[in-house]
Amino acid sequence: MTETRTTAAAPPPLAARVARAPRARHFVSRLLTVIGLALLVVFFGVPLAWLATAPFDSAPTLAVAWPDWTLSNFAAIGENRYAIGSFVNSAIIGFGTCVVVLVLGAFASYALSRVRIPGRDGLLYALLLLSSIVTGTAAMVPTFQLVNMLGLIDTHLAVVLVVSGGTLPTVIFILKDFMDSIPRSYEESARLYGARPWQILRDVVVPIARPGLAFVAVWTLVQVWGNFLVPYLLIRRTQQQPAAVLMYTFYTESGQADLRLLSAFALIFSIPIIVMYFLVNRRYGFRFHGGIKS
Amino acid sequence: MAAITTHALVKEYPGGVRGVDGVDIAIADGEFFALLGPSGCGKTTLLRSIAGLETITEGQLLIGDRDVTRLEPGQRGVAMVFQDYALFPHMDVADNIAYPLKIRRQPRSARRGVASEVGDGLSLTGLMERRPGQLSGGQQQRVALARAVATRPEVLLLDEPLSNLDARLRLEARTFLKELQRELAVTTVFVTHDQAEALALADRIAVMSAGKLIQVGTPREVFAKPATTFVAGFIGSTPMNLLAARVEGGQVRLGSAVVPMPLDAVGAVTDGAEVVWGARPEYLGWSTTAVEGGVEAEVTVVENLGASVLVTAVAGADRLQLVLGEDDEPAPGSRGWVTVPPRRTLLFDAESGRRLDAERAREDAVAVDVAP
Repeated sequence: MTETRTTAAAPPPLAARVARAPRARHFVSRLLTVIGLALLVVFFGVPLAWLATAPFDSAPTLAVAWPDWTLSNFAAIGENRYAIGSFVNSAIIGFGTCVVVLVLGAFASYALSRVRIPGRDGLLYALLLLSSIVTGTAAMVPTFQLVNMLGLIDTHLAVVLVVSGGTLPTVIFILKDFMDSIPRSYEESARLYGARPWQILRDVVVPIARPGLAFVAVWTLVQVWGNFLVPYLLIRRTQQQPAAVLMYTFYTESGQADLRLLSAFALIFSIPIIVMYFLVNRRYGFRFHGGIKS
Repeated sequence: MAAITTHALVKEYPGGVRGVDGVDIAIADGEFFALLGPSGCGKTTLLRSIAGLETITEGQLLIGDRDVTRLEPGQRGVAMVFQDYALFPHMDVADNIAYPLKIRRQPRSARRGVASEVGDGLSLTGLMERRPGQLSGGQQQRVALARAVATRPEVLLLDEPLSNLDARLRLEARTFLKELQRELAVTTVFVTHDQAEALALADRIAVMSAGKLIQVGTPREVFAKPATTFVAGFIGSTPMNLLAARVEGGQVRLGSAVVPMPLDAVGAVTDGAEVVWGARPEYLGWSTTAVEGGVEAEVTVVENLGASVLVTAVAGADRLQLVLGEDDEPAPGSRGWVTVPPRRTLLFDAESGRRLDAERAREDAVAVDVAP
């Protein structure tokens, strides 16, 4: 009898004990993951929360707080002499750069994808490396001098050209990948029916590479829209300045950053890019249809 | 409709590699012509040279009476179906078929009309609004064919037309392709590495190797009278038996066995010559009793081919393969005699690999006289 009782009181089988330890460890690792993710969300979320609330607060501070609802901040933008004009300037520069980059990028990447020249890849990588210099801080002075000598200071064209020069290598690099994935047989097929190169580009290559072009257009627009340094250097007249530079001038009379104007302006500033992203993503979804089997 | 003629056609790649090396070919008007060879033999390069997608380095290419050697692809009157069909994924079937007409600036209504007419002929009715991605492999091929014939080309080129279809569909497509070619009577050149495809489809076959033509002939000629051991080994679903042999007293000695002299070679060889004896597995027979002129052998492997069997038999150092009917299937390990019909066997020169043929030897002698 005593013997049977001891067996009943014996510790749980070995298997159960072994199983419990990993379960505990699993729980801890899950917990750490969740805490890590939460911190990340806070880090990126709080500025966005500020952007969502501060524009509607009658007395915004740098802290995120439940706003004291008002739309007067947006009215203040209307009162600013340059605010509306700066968005027009931004749009002109953004659209101009997109057109230049898309047209030149499509031609260059198509040519680089199809023509075999020695050192092609080396050339591409070198351009990619140098491109960060063109729009970067290091080339500030020579860029200014060059534009000055061309007599293009205070023009949108100057910004369009300099930013295009800086983004084109990356664009060519990205587009070349798209062009590479278009089977040559498509173009050869069109050639056999007598299509000229520009017809092949128009009827076959561009439609198939359209998701790539759309992606590049959005990416370029983001680059230009948010670019501060280049327009700040090249455009001195306030009425010519794009939104990203104009924001820099929003101070109160006491020399403090005018958070009412800034927050409302920043919200409007970010909307076109977000809308553009959703439109393009919805239209193209960044998918790609290729050939059957090569 | 036009004939295709090439004179000493050469396509040399940078670096001196010759994809096509001095090809002389005459393809008749309306002929269904196959370019056959192992991969890398230059058959696709030759096809692409005819299309104009490769610039011809030397030589001359005529389509009909026109010298098209230096013409752009679009001006040659050729249409081509690519191995991957090259259907434009962003256009529907009708636009794909009518694309050549768009290039020729025909109005949209006319294009739609031609597309539906050609499409109906290729049983594509009801698929006109679909994108290529929504079609099966066989349908895609028919769309590609429709696009190629929509412009009524003088020459139709097909690059590996059946290789992207699965095995069952392939047979169906083969028959369909042959029918279509008959119907259109358009000069058609196709490239394949599959000898069965070439034999089944073509009026004539050109066998290529290393950029050169090895033999041009009807499927029957190429199958029964291969010009070289290379062609003999390449053509046929079971490769030809090729054994080293020696001519002895008007007969052929294979190891310890002596087989009768192949009829074609009578008069073309001298006693003591080192030769290669060739016999197709399908033409060899099997006997369980001793046969005059047979080869005594032991069966090692029997492979079932459905209604027939592929038997591998060993005679001394030689291995012979024969195809027998299912009723004559010998047991592995049994001994017997391989029977050899002299009318169906061939001799090749051991050194050059060329077939030894009394009749051909005379023709060659004439050809040598004519050559400059």
